[in-house]
Formats: sequence, C-alpha cells, structure tokens
Amino acid sequence: MTDLALPSDLGCPSRLAPPSRDEESGDLSAFVQKGAGEQSLLLSIRGAKCGGCLVKIEHALLALPGVTSARLNLSTSKLKVSWRGQLSTAKITSTLTELGYGVSAFCEDRTEQSAKQEERSLLIAMGVAGFAVANIMLLSVSVWGGYGEMGEGTRTSLHALSGLIALPVLLFSGRHFFKSAWSVLKNGHANMDVPISLALGLAFSVSVWETANGGAHAYFDASVMLLYFLLIGRFLDARLRRMAHAAAHDLAALQNRSVTRINSSGIAEAVRSADIKEGDQIVLAAGERAAVDIKITRGTSSIDESIVSGESEPRSAHPGDVLYAGSINLTQQLQGSALGASSDSLLADISDMLNAGEQKRARYRKIADKAVSLYIPFVHSAAALTLIGWLLSGASVRDAVLVAVATLIITCPCALALAAPVAQVVASGRLLRNGVYLRSGDALERLAETDHIVFDKTGTLTLGEPVLVSETSNELHKAAKLARASRHPLSRALALAAGPGQIAQDVTEYPGLGLEAHIDGQRVRLGSADWVGVGAADASSGLALWFQIGEGAPVQFLFEDQVRPEAACVLGNLQASGYALEMLSGDRAKAAQHVAATLSISDWRAGVSPQDKAARLEALQQQGKRTLMVGDGLNDAGALSQAHASLAPGGAIDVSQSASDAVYSGGLDSIPVILAVAKRARLVMRQNFALAAGYNLIAVPIAVTGNVTPLIAAIAMSASSLIVTLNALRINLKEV
Amino acid sequence: MEIIIYLIPIAVFLGIASLGAFVWSVNSGQYEDLDGAAFRILGDDDKPISDVRKSRP
Repeated sequence: MTDLALPSDLGCPSRLAPPSRDEESGDLSAFVQKGAGEQSLLLSIRGAKCGGCLVKIEHALLALPGVTSARLNLSTSKLKVSWRGQLSTAKITSTLTELGYGVSAFCEDRTEQSAKQEERSLLIAMGVAGFAVANIMLLSVSVWGGYGEMGEGTRTSLHALSGLIALPVLLFSGRHFFKSAWSVLKNGHANMDVPISLALGLAFSVSVWETANGGAHAYFDASVMLLYFLLIGRFLDARLRRMAHAAAHDLAALQNRSVTRINSSGIAEAVRSADIKEGDQIVLAAGERAAVDIKITRGTSSIDESIVSGESEPRSAHPGDVLYAGSINLTQQLQGSALGASSDSLLADISDMLNAGEQKRARYRKIADKAVSLYIPFVHSAAALTLIGWLLSGASVRDAVLVAVATLIITCPCALALAAPVAQVVASGRLLRNGVYLRSGDALERLAETDHIVFDKTGTLTLGEPVLVSETSNELHKAAKLARASRHPLSRALALAAGPGQIAQDVTEYPGLGLEAHIDGQRVRLGSADWVGVGAADASSGLALWFQIGEGAPVQFLFEDQVRPEAACVLGNLQASGYALEMLSGDRAKAAQHVAATLSISDWRAGVSPQDKAARLEALQQQGKRTLMVGDGLNDAGALSQAHASLAPGGAIDVSQSASDAVYSGGLDSIPVILAVAKRARLVMRQNFALAAGYNLIAVPIAVTGNVTPLIAAIAMSASSLIVTLNALRINLKEV
Repeated sequence: MEIIIYLIPIAVFLGIASLGAFVWSVNSGQYEDLDGAAFRILGDDDKPISDVRKSRP
C-alpha cells in the first residue's frame, strides 16, 4: 500500500473534495447483511465526487479476495460490497480509508424505502401520461388540421380512438390525484387535488358526450396533457423531498458507529449504537466518541465536551459522572452503563425544545399555500358564473356546459402546480453543488426572510480546535516528544505545531493533570499548572500547558481556539448587506469577548445555557425579528429549532443537524451563498405565481366568452408550464 | 385514406413498446444513478497506463 501513501493519490483524483482525515470508522461487522452464501455491506462514502473516485474505489475493492461485486452510486455516494468467504469488514473499511475516503455504515430505513417507491410510481405514471399525450396529439393534430374538410365520421372515429387511449391512462396515472382528493373530501376539506380531479373528470365526460353526439370539440388531449404536466410537478416535489430526507439520513449515518458492549458472559462485542439498551455495560476506548449517554463506573479520564456544552477546555471525569453522547474520551479507557434518554435531564430538556420548535414551523404558511387558497374559490366561481351567465343569455344547456368546462380546463393549475417545485428543485440542486444539503423545500422561503443572524461560537465561528499561539522555542520540540503520545486536544495542538518527530519512551498520562516521562534520566512533565507546581496566582486563565524538565523553571505554552480564517470577511459582508449579527456562546466570557472583538460583533453573550439560548431566540422573534441561527453543538439544538430558519455546519452533532433547515459543508463562506440562492428562489417563485396568475387573467376572458377550442387550450396550457419552468432555470444562471 | 387503418395501430404499438421499455428501465433501477454509469465504462482495464505510472520512482 506504499504507493497509496503519496498525498496526491489520496481522495478524489479531480480534487473536487479534500481527502478525508476521519478517524477510523470502527468495527462495522454489526451492519453486515447475510444472504445465501454471500455477505454484503452498504456503506456511505464521503469524498467520492467524480468518475475517477468510482473507478478507484470499485477496482480496489474488487481486488480484495472473495469480493464478488462492488458498486458505487455516484449520485448518492452509497457503496454496496458483496463477498463470499472470510473477509473482514475491517479490511474493506481500511482499504477505503487508505484511499482517502471517509466511510460509515448505512442502513436504509423504512421511510426511505417508501419514498423511493412513491417516486418510482410517480415516474411511471408520468411516463404513461407522456405516452398518451404524444399519441392523442397525433390524432388531435389531424382533426385540427382537417378542420372544415374532414368528414364527421372520420372525426368521430379519431375522437373515439383518443378516448380509448385516454380512459385507461386517466385511471392509471390520475389515481394519485383522485385518491388524495377523495381522502380530503371525506374529511370535509379541500386541497389542490380537488379542482384537479374535477377538471380531469369533467373534461373526460364532456368529451365522451361530444364524441357520442358527433360534436366538433373533444378535450381528450387537454385532459391527458393536464395530467402530464401536473405529474411532472408532483414527481419533482417527491424527488426533492426524498433527496432532502436522504441527505438528512446520510448525515445521521455518520453517527452509525458501533459500540463495544460487554455481554453477560463478560466478553466484549461490537454492536450498533441503536441496539444499546439502558443498563448495558459499555467500554469507551481513549479517543472514542460516546454514541450514547453513559454513567461512568470504572476509570478516570479527560473528556472533551465541546460539542455538548460549547466549553472548549476538557474536563476530567470520574466514576459516577455522566458522559453525554457526542463527548470524546481523551486519555484513558472508561467503562460505564448506558442511560436511557428519559432518565437524562439535559437531553430530555433539549427534546422538549425541539418539539416546541417543530410545532411552530408546522404553522408556517408557504407561498404556495397562500396562492392555492386564493386560486380555488376564484376558478370555481368563474366556472359557475359562466354556466349561469350562458344559460341566462339563452344558450342551450349543452353549449353552456361546454363553455363552463372549457373554463375549468384552461384555468386548471398546471403552471401553479409547477411554480414552486421547479424553483425549489433548481435551487436545491444549485446549493448541493456548493456542498449545502437542504432539508426541506420550504426552508428556502424561511431562509430568504431572515434579517438577524445569531451565531454559536465554538466550532461555528471558530475552528473548534486549539492552536498554539506562544513563540516556538527549543522547549517546544522536547515537550512535543511527550505530547505526541496523548490524544488531549492541547497535546495534539502542540504536536502539530512542532511537526513530525520522536515520541518519548514510557509516557504515562495522569487524567486531569498531565503527562510524565523520563528523557536522558531526567523527569519531564507536561500538563496543568498544578502538575508542575505553579500556583494558581501565576497561572493565566486561558488555555495553557506547562512544561518542566527535572525541577527547572516551568515553561508555559499558550493556546487559542482560533477564529476561522474566512469568518471576518464573511461576517463583514453580511453586516454590509444589512444583517444584524449576534453571538451566543456557552463558553467563558473571556474567550467569547476575544472572538467578538476579532470579528467586531458588538452584540454578544457568554456563559449562556441551552435554555437561555432558546429563550433569547424566542425573545428576538417576539420583537418581530426573523432570526437565522447558525450552530453545531447539542447546546444549540433548542435554539436551532426555535429560530425562524437555521443552519448547521457539516461537523455538527446529529441532533443539531436534524433541528436545522440546511447543513453546509466547508466554511462559513457557504452562508452568503445560501442566503443569496434562497432569496433568488423566493423571487423566482413569486414571479412564477405572478406568471400563472397573469396567464389566468388572459385565459379566463377567452374561455368565459366561449372562444376556447381544444387547440387553444393545448397551446395555452403547455406555454404557461414551459414559461414557468424556464423562469425557474434562471436560478442556475447567475453566479453567486 | 384507408392507410390510416394500418398506420394508427402501428403508431400506438410503437408508443406502447417504448412505454414498456421506459417502465422496465425505471423498475430495474436505471434512474437511481444518472452520473455513475457514464464513468464506469471508462474504468475498464487500462492496466498499461497505471503500470507505467506506478513504476515511476
């Protein structure tokens, strides 16, 4: 594998994604599916973006002994590996990590399977309707072309043939609308599918009647064309919802790690974190992230809780302490018993806050909802008035009904049904290319409305990792010999600053204190101020490590959680474009003040609890502000769900990701892009609804006066749908 | 014009045949990955090229 160690060979050969530097994926043997003589594993791959990745991954896996197939789906980054015989999952995952890709187990959940089924059945319904449109149009065009010359017999037989094609297609492809309309009508409500079903049914029955009476106009082509356009909108909507769900599920799969559990006979086994029950004995190795909440029973260690509380400095944990999911065990192996979510106050509080936020979002009225509530009464009263008007002015019942039905057909909401989904699909595709995963289509509307942005500090505005800031000295290289042996964030930062080098022999780690080793017969210590005998008076309050050789004078190394390099520029631009900025941090005031000063955020609060964060956002909402919350930690989850719209970075904990509207990978520079695309999508949606309304304003007078022929209906409907779709594609044109 | 008695069934049959092909392609999962297949065909046995690259010091 030496040839793979070249940095240029790692990860995507087209450099579309940086090579993954993830920690080991752990033991995934719990996720293997066993078939007849063959075993398979479904994996989610991070960093595979181009054809080169596909070839590299599939070839490397097929070269492993026993592998029968390896297929990577490039659109969804899912990899399915099947093999016969004894091949360990560790071999598969290590092959992938050595190639520079991130790996995690993936299990398809039930919602995903049913969403896939729905999407397929809509696609087939759309294909069937498309077939009917093409074939009936073939017949209709000859009727229109032969108008005045074609004999009644030929015309009627062509109409009858159209009807024969249209009937099964309407029943098959139209069932999506009929079922939905019937289920809401039974409950005494109405939705968009009610006027659609009515128009489809009336158009077909009137055409049958006309054909039977040898009439000149039949609307079979209009009814299937209507169905075709509506199904396109429905399909796009279903696809977008599935993609959003899959993206969310994908991110959750990152947490699909296995947990080491000690079973009743005292043997350690790897199980899925989802299978852990309350009271299970769990072993947490040094460097491992806790997948469930644990009450420690054995061992003492330092733990990094930055993702849970926002506190950047590790704390020491002892038997009896509770370790929350998401915290990282740094120094020594820990053993503990799993806690149920209910018995735990922090998580229970946060899930209460999440529920409150969900309910609030469900009350949000989308632009499409507003448009439909205006549209339905307008169209139905227009058709009814047309019928009455023509009857009063002395027309025959047959003529009056024909004109009223023509009004219903031509006003049927093709363009209206396409207006929002097309814009949302184009915008979310645009964002996906920038590494932003939208979790729902209506999130775009809420993101576009925001005017006040609230940031979390640790991990959002800062890198979330300490960086050495004191002068590099001769001692640095000696201290690094100890630091390289430890997983403590400060040790890692020190080792990073010193670069590659030797590791001292027999380094002992004392949790909460520091490291000790003997170099050249002298005792050397690296750790807290107490560890080297420095009094609290001399110790500064920032992040620091002390280093001592023998009994000599201790040397101090200072660290800082550094602000992201792009933060100042991005925040400055946001401020310039009129957004109010605010920072809420769970960290100490001194650390928060420093970041606020660097980024010139005047409005900041430190030491804020999760409840206070949510309350602050609630208060801002009360003041009439449309808030956008950006945060990554468990302590931000409540605030994220409370905000009008919310964003989480890709490294965020899964609770925070599921509480937010979109997840961005990469840096803060995604935020202005997201806001700009959301605004453009909202503008396009409004334009589309205006276009659909304008179309109706022109079409309705023509229909009401009885001048609509099937030819005019076909042209008007397809033209309005095309205009709306083309307008939505403009979202892609402008670079942000 | 009697020819349309033959032509129309032929046209409808062709339509049904292509519809059948479409339904088959959807059900066999060919719309699941629209990007990958185009690259997979390029990934076949280009061994000489990779050998040259790997033998470079």
